Amino acid sequence: MTTGDLSTLLVWAAATALTIALIAYAADLARIADSTQGRAAAKAGARTAVAAGGGSVAVAEAPPAAPAGSAKAEGIARSTTYLGIALLFAGVVLRGVAAGRWPTANMYEFTIVGVLVAVSVLAVVQQRRVIAFLGVLVTGIAVLALVLALNAFYIQADAVQPALHSYWLIIHVGVAIIATGIFTVAFAASALQILADVRASGPKPVDAPRAWTDGMRRAVVGPRFAWVDQVPSPRDLEALAFRLNALGFVLWTFTLIGGAIWAEHAWGRYWGWDPKEVGTFVAWVVYAAYLHARTTRGWSGRRAAYFVFVGYAVVLANFTVVNLVFTGKHSYSGL
Amino acid sequence: MTTYRPEGLDDAFTQPTDAPDTGDGGSAGAPVQLPTLGFTGWLRWAWRQLTSMRVALLLLMLLAVAAVPGTLFPQRVQDPAKVAQYLLDHPTTGPWLDRLGFFGVYSSVWFSAIYLLLFVSLVGCILPRTKVHLAGVRGRPPRTPRRLGRFPAQGGGTTDDDARAVAERAAATMRRGWTWLPFVPTYRVDVHDEGGGTWSAAGERGYLRETGNLVFHLALVGLLVSVATGQLLHYRGQAIVVQGRGFANAQVDYDTFENGTAFDPSTLVPFTLRLDEFDARFDPETLQSRDFTAHVTLTEPGDAPQERTIKVNHPLTAGGAKVYLQGNGYAPELTVRDAAGEVAFAGAVPFLPQDEVYTSRGVVKVPDVSGDQEQIGIVGYLLPTATQVSDTLYRSTNPQPDEPLLVLSVWSGNLGLDTGVPQNVYELDESRMEQAVDADGNAVTLYVRPGETVELPDGLGTLAFDGLPRFVALDLRHDPALPFVLVFSLLAFSGLAASLFAPRRRVWVRATPGTGDDAGRTVVTAAGLARGDDVGLQPELDRLLAATLPSTTTAPPAPDPEAPADPGSATTTPSAPTVLRGSAT
Repeated sequence: MTTGDLSTLLVWAAATALTIALIAYAADLARIADSTQGRAAAKAGARTAVAAGGGSVAVAEAPPAAPAGSAKAEGIARSTTYLGIALLFAGVVLRGVAAGRWPTANMYEFTIVGVLVAVSVLAVVQQRRVIAFLGVLVTGIAVLALVLALNAFYIQADAVQPALHSYWLIIHVGVAIIATGIFTVAFAASALQILADVRASGPKPVDAPRAWTDGMRRAVVGPRFAWVDQVPSPRDLEALAFRLNALGFVLWTFTLIGGAIWAEHAWGRYWGWDPKEVGTFVAWVVYAAYLHARTTRGWSGRRAAYFVFVGYAVVLANFTVVNLVFTGKHSYSGL
Repeated sequence: MTTYRPEGLDDAFTQPTDAPDTGDGGSAGAPVQLPTLGFTGWLRWAWRQLTSMRVALLLLMLLAVAAVPGTLFPQRVQDPAKVAQYLLDHPTTGPWLDRLGFFGVYSSVWFSAIYLLLFVSLVGCILPRTKVHLAGVRGRPPRTPRRLGRFPAQGGGTTDDDARAVAERAAATMRRGWTWLPFVPTYRVDVHDEGGGTWSAAGERGYLRETGNLVFHLALVGLLVSVATGQLLHYRGQAIVVQGRGFANAQVDYDTFENGTAFDPSTLVPFTLRLDEFDARFDPETLQSRDFTAHVTLTEPGDAPQERTIKVNHPLTAGGAKVYLQGNGYAPELTVRDAAGEVAFAGAVPFLPQDEVYTSRGVVKVPDVSGDQEQIGIVGYLLPTATQVSDTLYRSTNPQPDEPLLVLSVWSGNLGLDTGVPQNVYELDESRMEQAVDADGNAVTLYVRPGETVELPDGLGTLAFDGLPRFVALDLRHDPALPFVLVFSLLAFSGLAASLFAPRRRVWVRATPGTGDDAGRTVVTAAGLARGDDVGLQPELDRLLAATLPSTTTAPPAPDPEAPADPGSATTTPSAPTVLRGSAT
């Protein structure tokens, strides 16, 4: 077995571990949904106990929310996520060894490294408090992306063409991958924020003829989404999504600038409206709009989160559609 | 989002909007004011609309949408041939799309209008904010609010130290810089004597946040101006150089040359460049390219010739311009003699590679034939490593010249070079020419290997394949605005990072002589306020309190003359300071 084959095997193993993590997170989520009703009463009891504290000496801090889900499922999810990260990391390293270069030169490598970043960011975010929904969404995207990469994007580990002989392959592509991974977790946080926000705002009278959105709203408000009550408040989720998106946006800006510097070296112009450049620019503008919307009266909160959806969709399209459908100077997929 | 707005602090901290909300400002209360607006009123209204955040949002989204067609339709600047093909394939919609600028999206009127409006909006928004910020940077932190109970971050405790000492210790803690950047203070702090023995410290940090925000936006304007300046002053030339030959940096020596409107041709530095050798390395199995190196001799005016190399990703700098290696291929050395035996053409003809194994297409135009013989046109392919597939079919199997073979067809007639219509040197205009055929009416195909001389059909003459040098396609570009583009990009980047990551916080600590149970001690209350959501605010306040109220069991300090005299204080058992943590974040 060659190093390259071993790397592929490790990536498959990572996909398996993350699938188990996905199932565990889903089980955790289901348990939360089941136990929600019972907890509502228990919570009311806890409140009265806190009120007894007072004076200058007492530490008036709300008790940490008791884990609502299954501790076992959370443990399995957490450990298989770590296992998946370790396996994937080994797979990426061996891929680089097999190719004799930094492993960020084609779609397959971009995807596996991007998944590694996204799952690592998830692990960091989950360290303070497990948010099962975030786990389900991110591991779900990760497993899908890994299987897609192995089946559709896979190419043999090999050296690269002269245009990629540059340290910018590490900086420019590496930063782009990290930004994509961070945007993935931020997207999940924004999705959860909207769910929580819709649920918190309660059922609205049917006034508009938009039957399907109203149906969706009623479904979210209904008992099936009771688990949403257990996630952090929309405000906290918004803050989390913003912090991740801000970091992603700064890295994305660096991707643009680094790409322009590299293009100046390799192609003799820093900007040429290549399809990939356009896609990156559009995503940048959409995320810039998101940052502005956050601070605009009437656009903050839920409406701003929709920009995140659009931005993330553009990031994904910029990676898949632009690589596979359009021909441009960034056609390095090897497919 | 609900943000607490303390009285007297109604500024950037508590305003969620960055721009005045002009949308419904006019219609609030008063019924209709429109008839009294007048022309200047309308102008002012339009200006306030344009500089409002909502219009900026709209323009941003429009810009994102407007950039998309540039990838869906072929663009003239990138591939004019594809645009021409599109126009042929779509005779009805094509011309309309052309008129609407869909084949030059990024220079079209509508795209330009969007980004120019966006920049006007940006300037209109940023300049007033810069003024406000410049005034604010010299200002002092706001006085400690009367009540600290409703701020998002809170804390407090009691201590035996007197109020003034506590306030000054808090101020000193706030003034202390970062451990990794010792001499730059974090907070700007004022200590206030509030009377009645009460002292407070008010601190503010994070002026860098707004500075970064303004720098980012102004740098974007600088970037736009630099790019535009570069467009005006740049020039770009492309030349194909065959091994052993060279070219001079003069407009006439380039195959194509384009320049900005403000470019002065006399500023071209007349250096010369000669291609000595070209190395190409390919993967032996996948045949993909691995490395290209052009060894050249550069002669700058007044200097001795220097040997240099040009590689992909490693352009050569010469005469203030950069020379890029953009392509390479083979240029067969050919000699054509006409029917009379005279040399009608001799030279290296670049054949353009069409695929990974360098199956290359080329054209030889031979107009200068003696007598009244018809002009000759030769079209065909070069196969660097020819492998015979069938009787008459050859295929190239390797990009390296292991078994070169020219496969050519011959035309005779009028090349059309003197019709006045500019011709592509890589295409043969066959409209006035006839292809040579054999007795059965089949087209004649010539197979020529290096060193061979073959007879041209119909007694047109002979063709000799003398050698197979390589050529490189060089791209030379000069853009004087490049350093400015880089500087403004990096400025925008650092400004952006500062505006997103530098926390903007206000912290107040008030020390009051205790009453009741705390008589003789000092009660400390603290509060913090941040711009936007800030998870680091409460921990910072906690750290500040921990440093202000050190957990010591030492004896209480000697009574301070300024502290309120309290007879019980000397006898009170010193107790450890306690910290009250707020739960609201």
